[in-house]
Amino acid sequence: MVINEFRMTFDSRSINEGFSRATVAAFTAQLDPTVEEINDIKTAVSEAVTNCIVHGYRNTVGKIYIGVKIHNDNKIVITIRDRGCGINDIKKAREPLFTTLGGDRAGLGFSVMESFTDKLSVRSKVNSGTTVTLTKMINGREK
Amino acid sequence: MSVKIDFDGQVLNCRLNGEIDHHTALPIRLETDDRIENCRPEKVILDFSDVTFMDSSGIGLVMGRYKLLSQFGGSLEVTGLSNNSYKVMRLAGLDRIATIQKGVKLNGNK
Repeated sequence: MVINEFRMTFDSRSINEGFSRATVAAFTAQLDPTVEEINDIKTAVSEAVTNCIVHGYRNTVGKIYIGVKIHNDNKIVITIRDRGCGINDIKKAREPLFTTLGGDRAGLGFSVMESFTDKLSVRSKVNSGTTVTLTKMINGREK
Repeated sequence: MSVKIDFDGQVLNCRLNGEIDHHTALPIRLETDDRIENCRPEKVILDFSDVTFMDSSGIGLVMGRYKLLSQFGGSLEVTGLSNNSYKVMRLAGLDRIATIQKGVKLNGNK
């Protein structure tokens, strides 16, 4: 059951990467997460938002939509959505080290999201957009 | 500037600070590459002691400098990593191409 929910919309400008991960982290602070759990969330959100900016809206600026739901069993579900170009082959995109950009992009965005959360799901439609859903249990400090 | 660079004739010490993501990595990359190309150091140290956050852009930063350095035989050392940054680096297998050390953080970031 969802006990608290938060949504935000912002432009796909790279300066918003820091703002968006900090905001999601601040909202989840009510579950009293550990420093490591907070860092895991910030890192995973940062990867997803960066993907929207550098892939989804590659040569343009569009809107990024983030929703965060806190469930009563200390589960948080974060959705990061764009209306950008979409992913042609999700399986390939999720492979470690695969990147369509080259340069200094490591091709590890999805790998990081996967290992820093409990569950990652990706839905995408070419020319329509991509939705990434991150699920994480917050165990917090031993109570 | 989010990187402070010192060169002693052999070692190029790059002290990074703040948050490293796709947005902040670009100026750091331009600055360090410029100095690496001018100084041709034997060794480059990327010091993460003052880095408060890092995502996979940090991996790209290390890999890219490694590639550039290996063109003229320089070595790379990564120091001062927080637990979070270390976790990201290990995920990418960067411990295979560079000496990677965790650092003692004094600002409470475990």
